[in-house]
Amino acid sequence: MMAKFTDDMKAEVARIVDRYPEGKQKSALIPVLLMAQAACDNWLSPEVMDEVGALLGLEPIEVYEVATFYSMFNLQPVGRHVFEVCQTGPCMLKGCDDIIGHIRSRLGIGVGETTPDGLFTLKAVECLGACGYAPMMQLGKTYREHLTPERVDAIIEECRNMSMA
Amino acid sequence: MGRKLLLEKANVPGIRGYDVYRQQGGYAAVEKALRMTPEEVVEEVKKSGLRGRGGAGFPTGMKWSFLAKPAGVPRYLVCNADESEPGTFKDRYLMEFIPHLLIEGLVAASWALGSNRTYIYIRGEYAWIVDILEQAIAEANAHGWLGKNIKGSGFDCQIYVQRGAGAYICGEETALIESLEGKRGNPRIKPPFPAVKGLWDCPTVVNNVETLAAVVPILNIGGEEYAKIGTGKSTGTKLISACGNINRPGVYEIDMAISVEEFIYSEEYCGGIAGGKRLKACIPGGSSVPILPAKLLLRTAKGEPRMMTYESLSDGGFQSGSMMGSGGFIVLDEDQCVVRHTLTLARFYRHESCGQCSPCREGTGWMEKILHRIEHGQGRTADIDLLWDIQRRIEGNTICPLGDAAAWPVAAAIRHFRDEFEWHVNNPEECRRRNYGLAHYADELVSALP
Ligand SMILES: Cc1cc2nc3c(=O)[nH]c(=O)nc-3n(C[C@H](O)[C@H](O)[C@H](O)COP(=O)(O)O)c2cc1C
Ligand code: SF4
Ligand code: FES
Repeated sequence: MMAKFTDDMKAEVARIVDRYPEGKQKSALIPVLLMAQAACDNWLSPEVMDEVGALLGLEPIEVYEVATFYSMFNLQPVGRHVFEVCQTGPCMLKGCDDIIGHIRSRLGIGVGETTPDGLFTLKAVECLGACGYAPMMQLGKTYREHLTPERVDAIIEECRNMSMA
Repeated sequence: MGRKLLLEKANVPGIRGYDVYRQQGGYAAVEKALRMTPEEVVEEVKKSGLRGRGGAGFPTGMKWSFLAKPAGVPRYLVCNADESEPGTFKDRYLMEFIPHLLIEGLVAASWALGSNRTYIYIRGEYAWIVDILEQAIAEANAHGWLGKNIKGSGFDCQIYVQRGAGAYICGEETALIESLEGKRGNPRIKPPFPAVKGLWDCPTVVNNVETLAAVVPILNIGGEEYAKIGTGKSTGTKLISACGNINRPGVYEIDMAISVEEFIYSEEYCGGIAGGKRLKACIPGGSSVPILPAKLLLRTAKGEPRMMTYESLSDGGFQSGSMMGSGGFIVLDEDQCVVRHTLTLARFYRHESCGQCSPCREGTGWMEKILHRIEHGQGRTADIDLLWDIQRRIEGNTICPLGDAAAWPVAAAIRHFRDEFEWHVNNPEECRRRNYGLAHYADELVSALP
């Protein structure tokens, strides 16, 4: 254990715990899980979750029940670039179904799948708070908005280039 | 041009940074607040008539005055930046473009409520906005607006940003508190209300981003002056995020004194329906509020122009009205299918139900399945009645209002567009081939405005 958390990360955990009153370090759980996920190929393995629990003095079950509740936690490995395309009403009105269809055919995968080379995962997600800039997707820390098939192609190209560099 | 109190300066170059914000008069509201007693600040907010901008529209000053103040127990202010209601993206705009306005409002509100640790709970997907807020908080600290003994007042306050991780339900205030405590976002049974027992069992106020930002102009111009803007019990300005089939989607600050017709068709706001089409329907206040067909949207059942106010949008109750809600304004053109749109919303609520109450957990799943069946040409007439029955059994029978929020869109869609549902049932082949709903609901008033 304690294989994945570097000293820097532990220092960051301490800073997060400091935001709360004495004895309330459980509040750090979600921020620390997000940090751990970002550091561990964008998913949470049981080992990583156990490590987070140990760091915060929580029982494993306290970590699992949170990790399984929130949609941003990946409990299975995902591709290097995760396309999270919004499919809720306002985005539907602006043609998100066509965008999802286009991505599927370009990447040759269905919703929820990862390309065999491990580069891309396609997800259909619910409203991301970008309804006025639809259709859109989340890609890592940023949003890509006003999507068209051409823009999607450019994004795929950009991701491929990034992975080669 | 309406009066702009929140976004007036949002486009000033460099306003995201402290220096420009301060040059533009920023933090004057905090200076003013610190010269007042906390009670006086609460009083000023009461006078303004400000109503919570998160969806429920509860008077903010009253909410603040309910906060319990037992001696020796900390009190907390929590800013709700979870913004996950479909159609709503106004808080994001405010935080992204003029973050110091929120920080300034938070400092003033923390003073009024006696919160020494104030949290901004923000939806996890808004990751880049976290950086913007952290930067603004660091600047406010560096200039003495946060930290120990703020500007010699003896008041200590720190603001922390807490990220969520993807859960609409965490916008509900007690679920938010649970999440902030590091747990699943399961809403609590009320009472006790957060004002008595909230974060870590201490008295807590949860307010929306826009509500807290509005405290700044209220202090600057005075509560009475603020109350003069708008109409009736809808005082001040309101941010509306407009989306769907309009020419100019985006975030607009409106005086609550304009008509819905003006909002949709004028160039200052939505700029009319995209592609020269007609308006068919609109959900004026975020996905949870009832959808209205064009004719009930533009005119109330009494034939009066419908206004962009809390009162007017809800005029006629659920029979013929809707709600201001969160200000998420979703517009459907004449080619859009109401059944399909409602299906996406039903799927959303099924996905977001926390699962604690069976009417919500099971009912949202049933509604999605039945709507899916109807939309894909496999529905029966009895399904429409079954849908009606299910939504009715959810409403009012759950721990938190998400159950109602899931029931209302389905109820309103059936209430106002029943023949579109029937058309799907009676034309299974055609509705598999094309996805257009019935256009006869569309507005004839499209050219009424100059
Ligand atoms: C399911 C559900 C989701 C909600 N989501 C939000 C939200 O994202 N943002 C928000 O400010 N209020 C949301 N609310 C309302 C909050 O519970 C609470 O009323 C609000 O934050 C109070 O702030 P206000 O008085 O300033 O409006 C939601 C309520 C429910 C039932
Ligand atoms: S109504 Fe739905 S979301 Fe709210 S507590 Fe019950 S199951 Fe959870
Ligand atoms: S519906 Fe897609 S971002 Fe809101």
